[in-house]
Amino acid sequence: MDALTSRLWPITIAFCGAPLLWLLLDIGLSRLGSNPIQAMHIYLGDWSLRFLCITLAITPLQTMTQWRGMTDYRQLFGLTAFFYATLHLLGYLSADHAWVWPIIGLDLWQSSYLWFGLLAYLILLLLAVTSPKAAKKRLGKTWKKLHRYIYLAAAAAILHYFWQLKGNLAEPLFYLLVLGMLLGFRGLVWLKNRRFGLTAPSKPHAADPDRAD
Amino acid sequence: TWPDLQTGNPPAPDLQPTPAELVGNYTNYYEFAFNKEDATRLAQRLRIDAWSVTIGGEVENPASYHLEDLLQRCPLREYLYRFRCVEGWSMVVPWVGFALSDLLKLAQPLSSAKFVKFTSASQPEAMPRLRQQAMLAWPYQEGLRIDEAGHPLTILAVGAYGETLPKQNGAPLRLVVPWKYGFKSAKAIVAIELCRQPPLTSWNRYAPDEYGFYANVNPAVPHPRWSQASERPLGSDFFTPRRPTELFNGYGEQVAGLYSGMNLRQFF
Repeated sequence: MDALTSRLWPITIAFCGAPLLWLLLDIGLSRLGSNPIQAMHIYLGDWSLRFLCITLAITPLQTMTQWRGMTDYRQLFGLTAFFYATLHLLGYLSADHAWVWPIIGLDLWQSSYLWFGLLAYLILLLLAVTSPKAAKKRLGKTWKKLHRYIYLAAAAAILHYFWQLKGNLAEPLFYLLVLGMLLGFRGLVWLKNRRFGLTAPSKPHAADPDRAD
Repeated sequence: TWPDLQTGNPPAPDLQPTPAELVGNYTNYYEFAFNKEDATRLAQRLRIDAWSVTIGGEVENPASYHLEDLLQRCPLREYLYRFRCVEGWSMVVPWVGFALSDLLKLAQPLSSAKFVKFTSASQPEAMPRLRQQAMLAWPYQEGLRIDEAGHPLTILAVGAYGETLPKQNGAPLRLVVPWKYGFKSAKAIVAIELCRQPPLTSWNRYAPDEYGFYANVNPAVPHPRWSQASERPLGSDFFTPRRPTELFNGYGEQVAGLYSGMNLRQFF
């Protein structure tokens, strides 16, 4: 990390924690409207998705700006997405369902939108567990392959969002658009590398997202 | 503005009304917006002065009634009802209204009348989503079988909490069918038509496999994408369990007879 990048570290951590503080303030001041539990679900799910998108935006950002050393930030954002997803799940189990397992079980069985959410969460859990540097080292090349599943997690999370709505599709469509753009960028990089025969992973290239690792 | 109204049936001493401000801020009104906040705000543009409602179709006495005249003929009562939305939340509302059967008696349905169609207001200049022909077939239409419409629990509401209905909650005249999911209870009704055939209804047309014509509250029949086994009552606290949803929203004693012999999974 260069000096500028390290200087951004405290403000980034504050940024990652701010949505939680804001939520606690909203709850404390009863600002979440007529159905605060539902509002909290949407809020936490939204922030998890936003941090997933930010995580996925880091690599294209590095490629475009040639600004190196953002891997630690990518990890922080990814873990923050996992953190909000965990709160989202815990909110469902405790604030909404008060740990009443028979109703939770029935809800899980009958609500297909929850399956996508659960799939997204299990992937994020796996990625979070393999996030530390030691795990990364031990997994070697597999690590990168494994962590590409973040796209599947994001897609499942967006589907989870879509699948429980009756009408207002604007928000999930927005996330779908962002995810599509982020994927599209990688597709372009891949195509460009292929055309110029630069697919060999050992060859350093500006467009190689993990060069700095 | 209606003190000391007689209570409509059924007696329900255990029901506690949801705080009025929660009811006023949490309602779907897709003519205006697809989210509840914008819908509540934009619904204030609805023009509800000089309202009249037509009743026609298979009736002896087709007519158009000014709302004030109608209220002279149909006695108002207070009806404290559970209200269950297909989205999985619920509330308890003290409606002010009259039995739909009172209006049907004025119109004198013919023996050929088997269904009742309700049409909501169409005010394109006030309703952005309706103007854009977004999502549903507008104007909003709902329907009931005639015996459902004539059931004493089925009311047309003009108020709630002793006051005139807020615009976002369906002013000046809305249907309330307490044993069915909320979308059946059409808002701002301008026309009632008795029909021989089941009418096309807005949500049923939009997604027939998700929103049935009957739409009776039934915890055993999930929506294709989510469970209907439990509900979140508005006004309940964090960490309190959801309420198990009841068949016919708890009105089975009164209405189950309407559906005897019917497969409620098939006719959902």
